[in-house]
Amino acid sequence: MDDLLNEFLIETSENLSVLDVELIRLEQNPNDPELLGNIFRLVHTIKGTCGFLGLPRLETVAHSTENVLGKFRDGELKVDSESVSLVLAGLDAIKAILTELEASEKEPVGNDTSLIKALDALAEGGPAIIPTVPAPILTSPAKPEPKPVVAASAKPEPEPIAEIEAPEKAEPRESVVVGSSIRVHVDLLEHLMTQVSELVLTRNQLLQILRSEKESTFTASLQRLNHVVSDLQEGVIKTRMQPIGNAWANLPRVVHDLAREMGKKIDLKMHGDETELDRQVLELVKDPLTHMVRNSVDHGIEAPLERINAGKPETGVIRLDAYHDGGYIIIEIHDDGKGLDTDRLRRKGVQLGMISDADASAMTDQQINQLIFKPGFSTALEITAVSGRGVGMDVVKTNIEKMGGTIELVSTKGEGSKITIKIPLTLSIISALIIECAGECFAVPQISVLELVRVVRNSKCQIEKIKDTPVLRRAGRLMPLVSLQDILKLDHRAQDDERDEAFIIVTKVGACVFGIIAHRVFDTIDIVVKPVAPILRHIEVFSGNTILGDGSVVMILDPNGIATATGEIVVADLDHERTQIEEEANLHRANTQSLLMFKAGGHAPKAVPLSLVVRLENIEIKSIEYSNNNQPVVQYHGELMPLVPCDPAFQLGGKERQPVLVFTDDGRSMGLIVDEIIDIVEETVDVQLKSEIKGLMGSAIIDGKASDVIDISHYLAHAFSDWFGSKDRDAFGDEGLTQRVMLVDDSPFFRNMLTPLLKISGYDVTAVDSAVKALELCEQGADFDVIISDIEMPGMNGFEFARRLHDRDAWKDVPIIALSSYASEKDLNRGRDAGFADYVAKFDRDALLNSLSLILTNTKGAV
Amino acid sequence: MTVIATTSSRNRRTTVETEIATLEFVTMTIEDQMFGIPVLQVQTVLGPQTITRVPLAPREITGALNLRGHIVTTIDVRTRLGLAGKEHASGMNVVVDHKGELYSLVVDAVGAVLKLPSAEFEKNPATLDPVWSDVSMGIYRLDERLMIVFDVERLLDLNRQVAA
Repeated sequence: MDDLLNEFLIETSENLSVLDVELIRLEQNPNDPELLGNIFRLVHTIKGTCGFLGLPRLETVAHSTENVLGKFRDGELKVDSESVSLVLAGLDAIKAILTELEASEKEPVGNDTSLIKALDALAEGGPAIIPTVPAPILTSPAKPEPKPVVAASAKPEPEPIAEIEAPEKAEPRESVVVGSSIRVHVDLLEHLMTQVSELVLTRNQLLQILRSEKESTFTASLQRLNHVVSDLQEGVIKTRMQPIGNAWANLPRVVHDLAREMGKKIDLKMHGDETELDRQVLELVKDPLTHMVRNSVDHGIEAPLERINAGKPETGVIRLDAYHDGGYIIIEIHDDGKGLDTDRLRRKGVQLGMISDADASAMTDQQINQLIFKPGFSTALEITAVSGRGVGMDVVKTNIEKMGGTIELVSTKGEGSKITIKIPLTLSIISALIIECAGECFAVPQISVLELVRVVRNSKCQIEKIKDTPVLRRAGRLMPLVSLQDILKLDHRAQDDERDEAFIIVTKVGACVFGIIAHRVFDTIDIVVKPVAPILRHIEVFSGNTILGDGSVVMILDPNGIATATGEIVVADLDHERTQIEEEANLHRANTQSLLMFKAGGHAPKAVPLSLVVRLENIEIKSIEYSNNNQPVVQYHGELMPLVPCDPAFQLGGKERQPVLVFTDDGRSMGLIVDEIIDIVEETVDVQLKSEIKGLMGSAIIDGKASDVIDISHYLAHAFSDWFGSKDRDAFGDEGLTQRVMLVDDSPFFRNMLTPLLKISGYDVTAVDSAVKALELCEQGADFDVIISDIEMPGMNGFEFARRLHDRDAWKDVPIIALSSYASEKDLNRGRDAGFADYVAKFDRDALLNSLSLILTNTKGAV
Repeated sequence: MTVIATTSSRNRRTTVETEIATLEFVTMTIEDQMFGIPVLQVQTVLGPQTITRVPLAPREITGALNLRGHIVTTIDVRTRLGLAGKEHASGMNVVVDHKGELYSLVVDAVGAVLKLPSAEFEKNPATLDPVWSDVSMGIYRLDERLMIVFDVERLLDLNRQVAA
């Protein structure tokens, strides 16, 4: 199916279901202007979209329905149950047509005259008459037999509506697009999960029994059961997976509101919202996430003025990244704000008696930063409604750790902070290694086991002791060992060091690797993690317990807890080591850039920031063609791509293939011909010698060699002035300066559709979803040649927007084109009063483009 | 603090006194002393079970057992009451449900279910051992012996600091 059509169907059916509910609410509160506005806008969007897609039948029905709603809105018609029923009938007709449309991808032939007549009559102030035969599907025009229901009638007859709801059809069809998902109560999923978990356990028990019996008649069936259960388990786990986008869907709003409240400018960027995780985890991570983002807004990002003074862009950036890493999901919250004020943290720590003066001076900044995770530590100068109540990060930390996750913070003063959260994907079923120590069995989550080492006394691989501390030589380093027997205070006749053989479970907490001494190791099996009884929850070395195949209960060991239980000193060391590593890495990362090194004429290697390069291609010389003015071109993804040699003296030929760096700018691609691609390096770019030569930014020492950093914009200009000729240039003004258009429309559908349309026509488009956002851009000093704005938008509508713009100096003279399909005479006048330069029907592409070029030419002439 | 606790518990006991007019009790014995738990609080009674020890757990917790796929924490009532523990604390398990979690009270023996009239119920004697007094709701005077009614919630709260 056509993507646009598909998107339209989804968006419209969503809107329709909202409408159904809203209309019923309207009937109960007929005088709610907000509700009316909302309903009107939804129908209006449907109508506008139909027009754009060329669906005349749908459009007429929507149009008539919208008319009625318009009258409601303007107070010219009274909202009563009959007229609402008629509007609902109109919506039902739209739904029926949509169903057909979805099935056939074509608008069905049909006649809605009776319905439209009834709607129009109502709009004209006549009685609400619901036609009996809606005929949305019938191909032959059905004779309308209007059964008048007088608006004043006390008993509206319900039958006609029922008929409309069940249009005559050969066979009822399920809506594929809309009906492909169903809503299931979370409790049901939870219950399923519990049942499946039990099933898994039972299966494990059966398999255990099977293993002990040499020959059993059950073998085949049990194997089959085994597979089915595994599939089932996987399936049920999947049903519980949800994209993390659900957890942070509210964040843009939170950030937006907060930023406004505090007079800050913040751009929230979110990446990886499709990353899935168990809904239980999702629920648990939601609040901490919101809390941390609020913190970033409140304490992290500075006020605009402060940022400008610090030499940063006025708008702060908070970035959220989510991705999978093993059985974990990693969420990073990064802001480019002022970072933590370590001096104040230090003072505060001393003041609160959390650290001593001596500690304070001895601790590194990163160690000091970790103080914010301590209970009762809040540094906000004032306690605001936003944050700073002292129940912040410690609660976040506790909650994350409860899920078996970790949280790490790195902050650089003046540059921002980054919080990394690592949480397991699911809390229920994990793979675990069963070990034994002093006659008792324990489970260790497989995810925390880096490797297993068998140690034998008096061999090359044995436990050695420094005083009483056991260590193991591993990969050329000494690894600290922790005796499980000691940690768990298990008494047994044979101590660790009296044993001939033991197993070391190598695990990692943060950046510290250590080994846990166990006495025996058994299988790895899937276990269902059950929380430990509240009465035992204070024992930190266990993260849960489970029932094994043989029905016995085992405790699940938590390496984090074991690390903590070994004593504060070790943990402090771990923290120290970890932060140091991170500090170094961060310092390194902050100033470096990935550079692509290549050769193209001359001796010095050349470099270009890798982020600018879209692709590296090896183009066959044979496939290179020449355009009229001898410009080499190549067919690339169905388009002609100009090729520009990096070295002006370069001549094609000699080789069969030529390496080419592909750059893209404004939807056009250009190939830069080079001799040889050398390498990609991570380097700090410090251009030392500015260059007078065109196409070179200057020279820098990269990878120990003097290299030329090229200025790609020069080549792009070169490619396109040659390639596109001068004709287009004139149309767009000087030096390829494209006209900047801002598109304001609340419907993502329209934004998605109009943006490429305008781009293809050579405009530089910035699309925003609300007038408020547009005004924000204005405040930030953005500049546009023309603004295209929708009229019907939630919050601030187009008229209001235009009025506000004219009050502002910056954009006072920017022409605004109103985009609306609701273009009655009254609205046109209203639009002119508000200061719109033109009024264009939303669905008329050509009219829009004409109007744009007309207005832009006029403005240019005037200036 | 102590005063407040005593008053509130006394109030609670008064209400219990009237409520348990016709309650049934599961009876059990430890070292010949008879105890009772309202039958509605008891999930099931199990014979001696394989119990997994939980290292680092409080003394009173002997471990965990598997009851039809549910993990039940076992509590040695003997230790809880400050009596000398047996060498291998295995006995009858009285499984109770407390706030959605299952706990097993390990006792020496489990007796019959008795239906007792409230007339025979009275509060703890003032001189009763403070630990016992703390976990006891009151005493039933039976024909041949006395039965202490356990306050399960308090019995399971191992953190209660009773001034000995």
